[in-house]
Amino acid sequence: MATETPAPPAPPDEGRYRALQDSDGFGALRKAFRGFVFPTTVAFLVWYGLYVVLSAYARGFMGTKVVGHINVALVFGLLQFVSTFLIAWLYARFASRRLDPVADQLRQEIEGSEQQ
Amino acid sequence: MSSTARTLTIVLFLVLVLVTLAITIWANRQTRNATDFYAGGRSFSGFQNGMAIGGDYMSAASFLGIAGIIALSGYDGFLYSIGFLVAWLVALLLVAELLRNSGRYTMADVLAYRMRQTPVRTAASVSTIVVSIFYLLAQMVGAGSLVALLLGIKEGQTFLGLTPTTAKILTIVLIGILMIAYVVIGGMKGTTYVQIVKAFMLMLGAILMALLVAIAFRFNLSSLLGDAAAKSGKGAEFLEPGLKYGKDIAGNSGATLVSKLDLLSLGAALVLGTAGLPHVLIRFYAVPNAKAARRSVLWAIGIIGVFYLLTLALGFGAAALVGGKAIAAQDPGGNTAAPQLAQVLGARYLGGSTGGAVLLAVIAAVAFATILAVVAGLTLASSSSVAHDLYANVLRRGQTSEREEVNVARYAAFGVGAVAIVLAVFARSLNVAFLVAVAFAIAASANLPAILFSLFWKKFNTRGAVWGIYGGLISAVLVVLLSPICWGGSNSNLPAVKLTATQAADCGVPTSSTEVNNATALFSCTTPAPIPFSNPGLISIPIGFLAAYIGARTSRERDPERYAELEVRSLTGAGSV
Repeated sequence: MATETPAPPAPPDEGRYRALQDSDGFGALRKAFRGFVFPTTVAFLVWYGLYVVLSAYARGFMGTKVVGHINVALVFGLLQFVSTFLIAWLYARFASRRLDPVADQLRQEIEGSEQQ
Repeated sequence: MSSTARTLTIVLFLVLVLVTLAITIWANRQTRNATDFYAGGRSFSGFQNGMAIGGDYMSAASFLGIAGIIALSGYDGFLYSIGFLVAWLVALLLVAELLRNSGRYTMADVLAYRMRQTPVRTAASVSTIVVSIFYLLAQMVGAGSLVALLLGIKEGQTFLGLTPTTAKILTIVLIGILMIAYVVIGGMKGTTYVQIVKAFMLMLGAILMALLVAIAFRFNLSSLLGDAAAKSGKGAEFLEPGLKYGKDIAGNSGATLVSKLDLLSLGAALVLGTAGLPHVLIRFYAVPNAKAARRSVLWAIGIIGVFYLLTLALGFGAAALVGGKAIAAQDPGGNTAAPQLAQVLGARYLGGSTGGAVLLAVIAAVAFATILAVVAGLTLASSSSVAHDLYANVLRRGQTSEREEVNVARYAAFGVGAVAIVLAVFARSLNVAFLVAVAFAIAASANLPAILFSLFWKKFNTRGAVWGIYGGLISAVLVVLLSPICWGGSNSNLPAVKLTATQAADCGVPTSSTEVNNATALFSCTTPAPIPFSNPGLISIPIGFLAAYIGARTSRERDPERYAELEVRSLTGAGSV
């Protein structure tokens, strides 16, 4: 096909990808990636869960007026927007600084050796 | 609706249809191979794809539905917005880039990467089709009622010789034909541009209306909320959670618990469902690489977030300026809140009744565009899966030409579209809005566990994927079939409701009856549901994860080399297409 060919068949050297997986470079990349995304996922799920649980069970607290007709429920809801935007921005910054350079270099090494 | 508004609405609908079809035909000329058809040649920029994701994701349920829930039930509509938005973090952090790096065209490409192809692709395809058909039905039936409402055809009236029933059927068939045309002719490229156009229209419409609401209340959020609460007749409660979901039922702790757990169940399905929706997942393939996939999700989070903030203004604005009574009189579900608000705002700020008619027609066209873009995305996702997973990889074991595969995808779009049209016509008078939440619950229960375990768990295998998908899918559907959605009878946990004369007549009971909990139940109004929850997520999501885990643990199949390949490729992008 003009624009796309299937990925090249894995070279016969069985265990090549396991060696790559065990390499220090890839190990560091995986550690950095998982070290960011796993705790962040747990954190935003807990934060969202807290919001839903409070909406279900803490009606009095959620109805407390903050300013004028603006209550805790609204502020809490808007904070979910703020936290979502913030996490997205933090991840983008982290990924472009800490993940992309390593991933790009590994990719070049792997694809370079595959072409030989 | 005045005749000016009606004529203008029809003109705008026609313009929209012509413009989108022109785009589709143009896209057809750019579609030469399978990658063009399935993935738009992977040629879209992060921004374009982000807009398209927004266009794919923000359905009529988001635009008209959430504004309507807020207008009628106040704060509770906001719970939906928040779930729909936060869910994108799951897609951003755990799924989008890894999927882009390791798959080609469908969700199953990643699930079947290191598994036996036939069982895993079959399961993934079944789940893709079920989720897409449920979601399609909700959109198409909703569209049928909506167009009748937007054109102002009431029961007992005719419009161009059409009764409301024939208008509904005609709308469903027309929308069905259009979505088939977009997909068959334009493939992913055509669908993407339709979604981009829709996203711009939706954002501009929402921004304009929110701005007018803001002007009406002198940019004072508190006074908007105060007026909305006062006019609703429910006071401060209107601004707090609990009028619609997770109700406190006085003197009945069992019923209160059921209602609260149902709210938690909804919340779980919303936040975990998005990253398992097949029509969302295939959008990540339409960009050149993982970085562009990341950028597109960032753009999507931006516009989806802004849009849901605007719906807050639209919903409370409709409550304050139109009023719940006037909205419920047009549509008890509240779907006309946004168009009615447009009419009021247009009349006030854009020059009297003509201005009202113009803005109403514009917003009606936006709603129509919204529906078209979403149903096209759903049809594309399911026909891609039929062709690429079932036909090319299961039936022909990969021995097929690209041209043949794309032809099958086009036939499949006809097939899926035809099935959706027929089902939607039969279901036209049912209350199917719940199907959107069910589709999210199935995506969260059947697809997400298999996707996450595939990407992150070394010991995951064929049996785990198959058990997880079918376990989550069957349990979610079964819970719905045993729920108050289908069985409307009352018991101690499902208290009786007051019936209107129409509801009592529909159910065949006197209005004084205390046997009915849900008058719009699909099978029976008086038989109590065996499972009291309307949202299956709290039961089916754990079953999906557990079935996937147990399946993987009880099978000896391991392929560490293929997992190593998947992990290295998904994180580095090496060898990605």
